[in-house]
Amino acid sequence: MAEHNLFLLLACLPFATSLILLTLPQGARGASSWLSALSMAGGLAVLFAFLPEIQAGNVLRARLEWVPSLGMNMALRMDGFAWLFATLVLSIGLLVVIYARYYMGRNDSLPRFYALLLAFTGAMQGILISGNVLVMVVFWELTSFMSFLLIGFWHQGAAARDGARTALIITALGGLCLLVAMLMLGHAAGSYDLGMILRAGEKIRAHSLYGPMLALFLMGAFTKSAQFPFHFWLPGAMAAPTPVSAFLHSATMVKAGVFLLVRFAPVLGGTEAWFFAVTGAGCVTLVLGAVVALYRHDLKGLLAYSTISHLGLITALAGIGGRVALLAAIFHICNHAVFKASLFMAAGIIDHETGTRDMRRLSGLFRPMPYTATLAIVAAAAMAGVPLLNGFLSKEMFFAEAVDWHNGTWLDDALPYFAIVGSSLSVAYSLRFIATVFFGPQATDLPKPPHEPPAWMRRPVELLVLICLLVGIFPALTLGPIINTAARSVAGADMPYYKIAVWHGVNAPLMMSLAALGVGTLIYALSAKSISDGPEGPFLLHRIRGQRVYDWLLFRLTWRLPRLALRWLSTEALQPQLRLLVLTAIAVACGALWGALSFASDLRLHAPNPGFGLLWLVGAACAIGAAWQAKYHRFAALVLLGGAGVVTCLTFAWFSSPDLALTQLLVEVATTVLLLLGLRWLPKRRSEIAEDKLLPAKVRRARDLVIAVIGGLGIASIAFAMMTRPLISNLGDWFLGNAYYEGGGTNVVNVILVDFRAFDTFGEIAVLAIVGLTVYALLRRFRPAPESVEAPDQQTLADSPSLDDYLYVPSVVMVWMFPVLIMVAGYFFFRGHDLPGGGFAAGVTLAIAFLVQYIGTNVRWVESRITVLPIRWMGIGLLVSVATGMGAWLFGYPFLTAHARYVHIPLVGEVPAATALLFDIGVFATVVGAVVLMLVAIAHQSLRASRRREMDEAAAARKEVA
Amino acid sequence: MEIILSAAIGILSASGIWLVLRPRSFQVVIGLCLLSYAVNLFIFSMGRLTPGAPPIMPKGGFIDPTLYADPLPQALVLTAIVISFATTALFLVVMIVSRGLTGTDHVDGKERSQ
Repeated sequence: MAEHNLFLLLACLPFATSLILLTLPQGARGASSWLSALSMAGGLAVLFAFLPEIQAGNVLRARLEWVPSLGMNMALRMDGFAWLFATLVLSIGLLVVIYARYYMGRNDSLPRFYALLLAFTGAMQGILISGNVLVMVVFWELTSFMSFLLIGFWHQGAAARDGARTALIITALGGLCLLVAMLMLGHAAGSYDLGMILRAGEKIRAHSLYGPMLALFLMGAFTKSAQFPFHFWLPGAMAAPTPVSAFLHSATMVKAGVFLLVRFAPVLGGTEAWFFAVTGAGCVTLVLGAVVALYRHDLKGLLAYSTISHLGLITALAGIGGRVALLAAIFHICNHAVFKASLFMAAGIIDHETGTRDMRRLSGLFRPMPYTATLAIVAAAAMAGVPLLNGFLSKEMFFAEAVDWHNGTWLDDALPYFAIVGSSLSVAYSLRFIATVFFGPQATDLPKPPHEPPAWMRRPVELLVLICLLVGIFPALTLGPIINTAARSVAGADMPYYKIAVWHGVNAPLMMSLAALGVGTLIYALSAKSISDGPEGPFLLHRIRGQRVYDWLLFRLTWRLPRLALRWLSTEALQPQLRLLVLTAIAVACGALWGALSFASDLRLHAPNPGFGLLWLVGAACAIGAAWQAKYHRFAALVLLGGAGVVTCLTFAWFSSPDLALTQLLVEVATTVLLLLGLRWLPKRRSEIAEDKLLPAKVRRARDLVIAVIGGLGIASIAFAMMTRPLISNLGDWFLGNAYYEGGGTNVVNVILVDFRAFDTFGEIAVLAIVGLTVYALLRRFRPAPESVEAPDQQTLADSPSLDDYLYVPSVVMVWMFPVLIMVAGYFFFRGHDLPGGGFAAGVTLAIAFLVQYIGTNVRWVESRITVLPIRWMGIGLLVSVATGMGAWLFGYPFLTAHARYVHIPLVGEVPAATALLFDIGVFATVVGAVVLMLVAIAHQSLRASRRREMDEAAAARKEVA
Repeated sequence: MEIILSAAIGILSASGIWLVLRPRSFQVVIGLCLLSYAVNLFIFSMGRLTPGAPPIMPKGGFIDPTLYADPLPQALVLTAIVISFATTALFLVVMIVSRGLTGTDHVDGKERSQ
C-alpha cells in the first residue's frame, strides 16, 4: 500500500509543485529554484526506493478510477524501461533547474518558468508511467502543450512565438494521429491497458486495421521525435531559453517519440512494413540531420540538427527491433541525453558569457574559459563517438547491429553504409564545433568579454561530463545492469544478459568506428573554409526548407482557404441566411413527409361555425394586411398585428383553453405597448425607397412570396392532417388523471407548469429575466437616431392643444384602475392552481397595472409616487423559485418536488396551499420584474431625450449670452 | 372548423415567412410575431380541437381523459407566449439601437450595395 501511494505521489508531485510555484511572487528566485529542485530530487528519491523491486523484474502498478465507462482508468505502471527513462528525466530535470537558476536573467519570471518546466516534467513522466494508452495520449498532448509554453517563454520575440506555434501544430497533430492509433490498438487488443496491449502483439499484427494503425502510430512518434519529414519544428524550437532546449531536446520531448517506438516495437514491430518505415525514416534522418548540422553557423542550430540525426539513429535501431537492437536503442537514449544536455548547457554558457552563438564570430575561447572548453570538448567527443566515452559504446552497438542483423532486404544491405556516413558526418560537425569555437585566434569583437561562468552554472555540466566518462570507461559497472533490466522489460523477461564492454577485440564495428573518425576528420579538414563562408546548408539543399513548405501550407490552409470558403459558402447578410433557413426547413419537411403525408380515411371534423369563419376572415385579413403594410405604414401594421393577435386569443378561448386565451390577451397588451414605445425611436420613413420599384426588387419579392406560399401551404396541410386524425391516448391523459391527486390542483395546465414540469418553467423565467436584463443593458447606452431625437410634432406645434389637459379623463380613470388591477392580479394568482390564471397571467396583469400609470400620466409623476424596482422583483422571484425547489431537498426529495394541500382561511374558504404556489410566487415576481423592466427602460428614453434637449438648449443659451 | 383553422395557420405563417425575408427590421419583427402566432396555434392544434371542455378537473373521483381538451400542448404554448413576448422585446430593442447606431433600418445595418 505504501508503494502504491508513493507511486501516486511520484505522478502528482511535479504538477502539485507547479501549482505552488504559480502562486509565488515574480521575484522569488531563490525560493522557486529550491522548491523545483526539491521536487525533482523528491521524485528521484521515490524512484530509488523502487529500484530493488524494478531490479527484481517486477512491474509496479497503481490505479485510480477516472472514466470507467470509457475504459479510461488512471492506471499507472512502471517497469524497468519506464523506471530508467523516468530517472533520466528527473535527473536531467534537476540539473536543468540548477542551471536555469543562473542562466535566466533578472527580468525573467523564474517562478513562472519553473512552474511550466515542472508541469512539463509531470506530463513527460506521465507518458512514461501511464498504464493506460488513452491516458498516455492525454499526457502526450500535455507535453506538446507545455512545450509550446516553454518554447514560447520569451514570447516578446517573434521567433519564439513562431517556433512555439510550429512545434505545437506539428506535435499536437501527431498526437491526434496517435490518439486514433491508440483507439485502434485498444480495439484490436480488446483493452486499453498497456500491459494487455504489450501481450497482444500477435493479435494486433494480424488485425485487419494493422496498416492504418501503424501509419497513424508512426505519425505520432515521428512528429514528436522530429523524424524526417517532420524534423523542421525542432530547429525552430531553438528560440527557447537554453535550459528548455537542454531539457526538451536531450531527455524529454523528442525522446518521448523514441520511447514510444521502443515501447511498442515488440507489439507493432517485426513486420516488413515496420522495418521499412521506421528504419528507413531513421536512416534518412540520421544522414540528413548530420549533413545539415555540419553547415549550421548557429551553435544551437548545430546541436538541434545533431539531435535530429541522433534521434534518427535511435529510430533506426527501433526499426530493426531485435533484442540487442532495442537494448542499444535504450542505451543510446541515455547516452545521447547525457552528452546532449551537457552540450546544450555549454552552448548556453558560451551564449551567456559572450553574447553570441554564431560560430563565425566565436573563436579561441579555450584561453578565456578553459574549464568550460574542456567540458564541452569531452562532451562533443562523446557525441562524435570517440572511444572511452559513452557515445562510442552505443554507436558501436549500432554498427554491430547494422552489420550482423539481416532480413535480406535492400535497406538491410544499405544499413552499414548509412551508419558509416552518418557517423563520419557526426565526427565532422563535432570537430567543427570544437575547432571553431575553442581554437584559433581569440575573437576580439564579441558583444561581451568572455570569461568563466559562475561555478554553479558549470556544476551540472561537470556532472554530466563525468557521467560520460564513467559510462564510457566502466559501462558494465555503471549502466550495464539497469540497461539490461530495461531492455528485458521491453523485449521479454527471457532475454539473456548482454554484457556491455569497451573492448570486443578487432572486429567490423571497431573498423567502422575508426573509419568514421578518419573520414569525418577528412571531411572537416577539406570543407572547413567553404562551410564557414557559405550558406547554412550544402549545395542547393539549403534552398529546400521544410519550414518554408510548412509555412506555405499553413498559410494556405489557415488563412487563404478559410477566407475563400467564407466568401463562397457564407454571407454576413441576414436575408440569404433566413431564406436558406426557411428553404432548409421546407426541404426537411418535404423529405420527411414525402409520400408519408396522408389524411385519415375517416376525417374527424367539427361542423364549421360561421362565426368562427368570420372571425378568421378578419384574422387572415389582418395578417395579410400587416405583411402588406409593415414597410411604409408601421403603425397600421402594428394595429393589424394586434387584430391577428386578438383573433388568435379568441381561438384559444373557443377551443377550451382559457389559460392560453387569458395569457395571450394580457401579453398582447404588453406587446402592443412595447412596440408603440419602440416606434417612437424608429424614425418615420418619409419617402418611398426608389429601389423598390426596380425589377430586381420585384423579382426578390415574387421569389419570397413563392417561398412563403409554399411554406404556408405546407404548414396548413400538416396541421389539417394532424387535426383530423383521431386522438390517441398520450401523456396528456396522465396529466389529466393525476393533476389533482399528485399536484393538488384542478387546473391541469397550471399544475403542469408549476409542478409536473416546474423545472422547464424555471428555465423559462430565467430566460425572461436574462432578456429583461439584456434589454435594460442595451438601452443604457442607447443613442437614438438623430431624426427622432427632437420632440415629436404633437409636443412642438404652437397651435396644438395644451398638453396639460392631454388625456385628462382617461388618465384619472387609469389612476383609479390601479388598485382594481392589483386586485385582479391577486385574483388570477390565487385561483391559478384550480381555475384559469396563475403566475404568468397575474405577473403580466400587475405589470400592465404599472404600465397603465405610465401611460395615463407621465414618467415623472408616476416615479415620484411609486417606486418599482424591477431588477429586485426579478432577483427575488428567481431566488424564491430556486429556494422552493431546493426546499424539497430538506425532505429528501429531488429538486422542485412539490407538496400540495388545502388550508381553510376564514372568510376566503378553502385555499390550495401547495408548495407549487410558492414556486408560482417566484414565477409571478420574475414576470412582473422582467416585463416592467423592459417597458420602463424604453419609456425612460423619452425622459433622457428631453433631459438632453434641455441641456442642449441651456448650452445654446449660454453661448448666446457669451 | 379544422379547415378554417388550418387555413388560418397557413395564412399566418405565410405572412410571417414573407415578412421575415424582408429587408427592413420592423418588417422582420412583425413577421416574427405573426410566425409565433402561427406556430402557437399549430402546436395547440396538435391536441385536436375540443370546444367546450377545458382541462379543469373535479376534485377527486374517476377522470375520463377523453372528456377534456389535451392539456399538454396548452402548457407548452403558455410558456411559448411569454417567451415570444420576451424575444419580441429583445428584437425591438436591437432594432432601435441598430437604427440609432447605423442610421438605417436595413437588417444588415447597411443599405444593399448596388
